[in-house]
Amino acid sequence: MTITTLTADSSDGERPLVAPTTKHVLPTAWWGMAVLITTESMIFVILLSAYFFVRASSPQWPPPGVPTPELYLSLPFSFVLWGSSLPIFYAESAIKRGSQAGLRLGLALSFAMGLAFVAFTIKDFNDLTFGWRDNAYGSLFYVIVGLHAIHVVLGLCMNLVVQVKAWQRKFGPDRHLTVDVFSLYWHFVDAVWIFVFLSLFVSEATRR
Amino acid sequence: MTTQPPLAPLAPPGAGITRPVGDDVIESLEHRWLDAPGIPGFFTTVDHKRIGMRYIYTSFVFFFLAGLAALVMRDQLAGSNNNVLAPETYNELFTLHGTTMIFLFNTPVLAGFGNYLVPLMIGARDMAFPRLNAFSYWVFLFSGILLYASVFVGKLPDGGWFAYVPLTDKTYSPGLNMDFWGLAIVFVGISTTVGAINFIVTIFKFRAPGMTFNRMPIFVWSMLVFSLMVIFAVPAVTIASALLEMDRLFGTEFFNPVAGGSALLYQHLFWFWGHPEVYILFVPATGMVSSIIPVFSRKRLSGYVWIVTSLVSVGFISFGVWVHHMFATGLPSLALAFFSAVSLLITIPSGVQFFAWIVTMWKGRVVLQTPMLFMVGFLLIFLLGGITGVMVSVLPFDWAVTDSYFIVAHLHYVLNGAVVFPIFGAIYYWMPKMTGRMLNERLGKISFWVMFIGFNLTFFPMHILGIMGMPRRVWTYSNGLGWDTLNRIVSIGSVVFGIGTGITLVNWAISMFKGRPAPADPWGADTLEWAIASPAPEYNFAEIPMVFGRHPLWEDEGAPPAMPTLDEADARDPVIRSLALEGAFEKTSTITSGLDTRPSDVLEIPEETALPLAAAIGLALFFVGLLIDAVVVGIVGVAFLGISALRWLWRTDMDRT
Repeated sequence: MTITTLTADSSDGERPLVAPTTKHVLPTAWWGMAVLITTESMIFVILLSAYFFVRASSPQWPPPGVPTPELYLSLPFSFVLWGSSLPIFYAESAIKRGSQAGLRLGLALSFAMGLAFVAFTIKDFNDLTFGWRDNAYGSLFYVIVGLHAIHVVLGLCMNLVVQVKAWQRKFGPDRHLTVDVFSLYWHFVDAVWIFVFLSLFVSEATRR
Repeated sequence: MTTQPPLAPLAPPGAGITRPVGDDVIESLEHRWLDAPGIPGFFTTVDHKRIGMRYIYTSFVFFFLAGLAALVMRDQLAGSNNNVLAPETYNELFTLHGTTMIFLFNTPVLAGFGNYLVPLMIGARDMAFPRLNAFSYWVFLFSGILLYASVFVGKLPDGGWFAYVPLTDKTYSPGLNMDFWGLAIVFVGISTTVGAINFIVTIFKFRAPGMTFNRMPIFVWSMLVFSLMVIFAVPAVTIASALLEMDRLFGTEFFNPVAGGSALLYQHLFWFWGHPEVYILFVPATGMVSSIIPVFSRKRLSGYVWIVTSLVSVGFISFGVWVHHMFATGLPSLALAFFSAVSLLITIPSGVQFFAWIVTMWKGRVVLQTPMLFMVGFLLIFLLGGITGVMVSVLPFDWAVTDSYFIVAHLHYVLNGAVVFPIFGAIYYWMPKMTGRMLNERLGKISFWVMFIGFNLTFFPMHILGIMGMPRRVWTYSNGLGWDTLNRIVSIGSVVFGIGTGITLVNWAISMFKGRPAPADPWGADTLEWAIASPAPEYNFAEIPMVFGRHPLWEDEGAPPAMPTLDEADARDPVIRSLALEGAFEKTSTITSGLDTRPSDVLEIPEETALPLAAAIGLALFFVGLLIDAVVVGIVGVAFLGISALRWLWRTDMDRT
């Protein structure tokens, strides 16, 4: 069978319509993750809106008997989570240079930091003096922080998958889409925490 | 009623689009692409066309079930003080009817048409994520089954399709009834969202060379707007129903004012999705209208740019009108004024589209075949639904008629009339492409007229009943109110409408066995799906077409472009290969750059797999576990989902690049 067809002049008469582009084009998997992140962000936008809606319609917030969230532990551990994005940046640039060791190191470091954050969340939940059935504040607090924590745990699971693949040397300087897509998700998880942390912790702790 | 001869194409069919391929080539291509025969192939297929048709057929099953529920309700309301139904049963039926129509018919049937048509219209060999596509179908099917399981245990949801708290909280709805609703809504939302992600990426990355955004068929535009709206709106209903379920299952206090929660919050969350949802349904329906009207007016669509602008602006504006569903909740008057004004604003893009359709017909030569009849019917119905829409967006009027049959009339004119009529037109228009058999023209016209008369008999008198004060969602009314005659007419009309839809069902059934074989392009239409055989071959396009205009099959200026032979260097380039016949044999899709649609990359189309089905079963088990309060079932479900997802991700195309 012969290959014929399909090279024809485009209407502008300059380049053939089917001449491959020379520009860098983002792959479909990246786009899929980006759109997924958009809709996931919307979930947090709506939950935080619900939080402020209930807060605005409550006479006292947090309700009587509920202490305001503390910052002494939550702030450092928030920085641990946000900081966990840095090793991912490092891992990405490492694999682009072809450094398998750098990729593995970055992923592992980020995994440890994420895990530390999850551990803190569990400890935080344990120490809380109110439950999620006590009042609307408790329900909102647990569900928003908990949902974010679930996202972190999901990200850690993805991290594990990528790590195993990294150990299998499945990635290389021109084969790292899986790493890119995972890193996009992980940065998203970290970015969401900025808004959750500012809304649920900082804005309450700094209010007189 | 005379049957029209087949429409003559405006240009030689497929001129410059696809070149004929030899029979032997077709045979070996089919061999390469065909799913496994029988049951295994049925459960493992990832072909967007099979999945699309499945979506359509499944949602029509739900359509007829919801229709039956409506007929039973109309039987109860046909006279005053009727006792056909107990009040509780009536509540269950209207909840089931509304929920089914919105979540299990209208949204998925449009997704089904999108699934089938979008890749064909943009000249692609499949969707961007074929396995995800299969997954979203199975999730839709299982969520429908979950909702209808309530029928078999006799605990149908009974809190209305928008399930306002406090009526639906555990105190006032103690049974499992509303749990079926809440869980099914979260469940089906996953399907809609996954489908929308797939559409967006497909439309951005899979358009054939030359199909820039300003040449995209309007239906593809409408599916893009549909998907973007889904991405931003569906999370709201997911959260509304998820929080409701948490209140019900775990005793949280989101919507309980006694514990600091807010019942009003539920309405905000629900309608923040609910109003965009109206346009999520309406936009693809108008996309169908904009595709069909030009073909049967034998003229290019007038005001393409205006229509696209309208679609996109409707998408935006629809996010700023949700409070008009809450005008009677005592919100501050400034908020009400704002939302009233925005609701009036949305008439502008709708009006622009309306006039573009009129101009297209006016300047063209209208051929009244069945699909076009449905479009004309749509225009009349939408005109009325639009006018009542303007009326209810005005505050004092809304206060007067809220929760009355006027609202029922309005919402059925826009959601039933202005969405279901285009869908029926689309059935007559695109079914020949899907099944390879024409539907009967005479039966189609009869079906249209019966539906059209039945529709107006059913829903027009409801306006009057509403103004007379008849409240919605009440199972009966006393005599002496003067509502008997109109209600009798409405009930008769609903039967007529039901018969009309039944005629189309019969028409479809007959055509499956005895229908005239459909030619590639029975309507002389302009878009790419008509350039290939009917039914569409498994591989869609042997060679990826090149697009030189908005109406690829109508571009008759000059000769088809010259097609020089690829030289050796081109033949080795995987991107060029994927465009050519070789790509069809290698089962690849061509990725093009978003704006200038230059080919940029190659993606393998995955082989058939049972993983999407397995993942959907896992998800279904999770929801069943929540429903029956069985932790083990839930954990097994999550584990099943996790293992499927892991296997899915383990060997992925992503690792190649």
